[in-house]
Amino acid sequence: MSVDRALVRSIAELARLSISPQHEEAAAIELAAVLDLFEALSAAPVDALQPLSHPGDPELRLRDDVAVAGDQRNAFEVLAPAMSGGYYLVPKVIE
Amino acid sequence: MSAELFTLSAQLSALSRGEISSRALTEITLERAAASQPLHNALITTLGESARSEADACDARRAQGPVGTLSGVPYAHKDLFCTAGVLTTCGSKMLSNFVPPYSAAVHESLQEAGGVLIGKANMDEFAMGSSNEHSHFGPVKNPWDLTRVPGGSSGGSAALVAARVVAFATGSDTGGSVRQPAAFCGVTGFKPTYGRVSRHGMIAYASSLDQAGVIATTVEDCARILSVVSGFDPRDSTSSNVAAIAIEPALTRSLKGLRIGRPRQWFGAGIEDGVGTAVEDALAEYVRQGATIVDIDLPASAWSIPAYYVIAPAEASSNLARFDGVRYGHRCENPRDLNDLYRRSRAEGFGHEVQRRILIGTYALSAGYYDAYYRRAQQVRRLIAEDFARAFTKVDVLAGPTSPTVAFKLGEKLADPLALYLADVNTVGVNLAGLPGVSVPCGFSNGLPVGLQLVAATWREDLLITAGHGYQQVTEWHRATPPERDHV
Repeated sequence: MSVDRALVRSIAELARLSISPQHEEAAAIELAAVLDLFEALSAAPVDALQPLSHPGDPELRLRDDVAVAGDQRNAFEVLAPAMSGGYYLVPKVIE
Repeated sequence: MSAELFTLSAQLSALSRGEISSRALTEITLERAAASQPLHNALITTLGESARSEADACDARRAQGPVGTLSGVPYAHKDLFCTAGVLTTCGSKMLSNFVPPYSAAVHESLQEAGGVLIGKANMDEFAMGSSNEHSHFGPVKNPWDLTRVPGGSSGGSAALVAARVVAFATGSDTGGSVRQPAAFCGVTGFKPTYGRVSRHGMIAYASSLDQAGVIATTVEDCARILSVVSGFDPRDSTSSNVAAIAIEPALTRSLKGLRIGRPRQWFGAGIEDGVGTAVEDALAEYVRQGATIVDIDLPASAWSIPAYYVIAPAEASSNLARFDGVRYGHRCENPRDLNDLYRRSRAEGFGHEVQRRILIGTYALSAGYYDAYYRRAQQVRRLIAEDFARAFTKVDVLAGPTSPTVAFKLGEKLADPLALYLADVNTVGVNLAGLPGVSVPCGFSNGLPVGLQLVAATWREDLLITAGHGYQQVTEWHRATPPERDHV
């Protein structure tokens, strides 16, 4: 399958990854090779099969609607790159 | 120090008889870790001070009375198990400053049993890789040949056990990441059934495939560790409440009458001659011990590689979306705006292979392609699981090469990611179906270890213990140690 640089840019935008223009061509070649590998799946006789999302089709449990973890703000704040007054800081969003 | 002491059974025996203290054993372990590090680069973090203090506490408890099942035994974690207060990097620059505020369930269990954590093992970044060359902290070298890879992604764990630094180390297996490095390093790697061991606190790669495992020198040792870390955990929504593995009967059962399936597809084109010979010799040994060999067909395994490399990157692209430079992890300098913060933090924080898999997964999940790739891969996944289920109506376990080749040269496959993906041909199907598997040393090819992969039906780890332990009772391959270099 052919993959061009515009498609790489579009996927990278969806993935929130910055790719430099000089790496776009290599990424396109790599992606095309992997997508060629995926083409083999079209030959599998699976049209009547239900997708298997987890081994053994487990029934996902629901927990009781009870809070178990207490306030851990201080522990989480230590990990953040930038905090102020209990808020995560990011670049200005609204001009 | 005899290599024989570097089994869990020997260490537990020596500790319980008072022949060695946990502190002395920990000092030996730390000395060997220090000597190994410049050669193998198998540890990202070494925990000298806290290990000594844990060991002293174990010795004090032992002096008072009964102790935990692993009391005083040093071990290492693959660096994706969260350890409260201890750096947990997942092999990534993204998490090179991450000190988790909580511990993984696996860590809690091992600490409760009295294990002494001596360090966090190197690994492929976010467990994506089969060679341990994709680590922000540099590649791990195979103790059998320092010019070769140890396998991955649990390459640091396998190298530490092979070099007899620790008797056991934890790993995780999403597509073969415990079994393949165990095979490459000549040690035993056990991946339990999906849902057997809690994934709570194990940094996620592909959640429907990830499973914690253990690397040790023998199947018996792996079984003893699994009995400690297995069990239901409400914090993991896919943890299963099933009966514990009946280890003692499994260790004493005979190989006589064991039905072993030989999947034709596991012995296909691309298998190295020496690997094929070693595995066939292992099957012949099973026959001598009274087992029977049955040819098995797994036709859907032809699609296991493409199905895996759709599903795993798709889940990874979703799981790794949380690394955005806002709440924790790497943040780029001077972001222009929020989008620039996300894009540059992720581009700087993730290595090349992780970025490649995020792009693949994002594409496979994107509008217009979801049905053609992700949904279809999940349908193929069912086909593969049904293949295995049919096989286990005829045989107790399946056996074949863990990997088609022995450990390859560092750098040999870096330029060709597809070649690396294709080498996972015998391991990924086991994860897609959620089955338990073990790799045991079964010989050498060109002086490098070969692994025999044994696979059983869901929840039948007991059959793997019987088959693997029985084989290790009549062979010596698991006792072979790599050459001691310098002071290691």
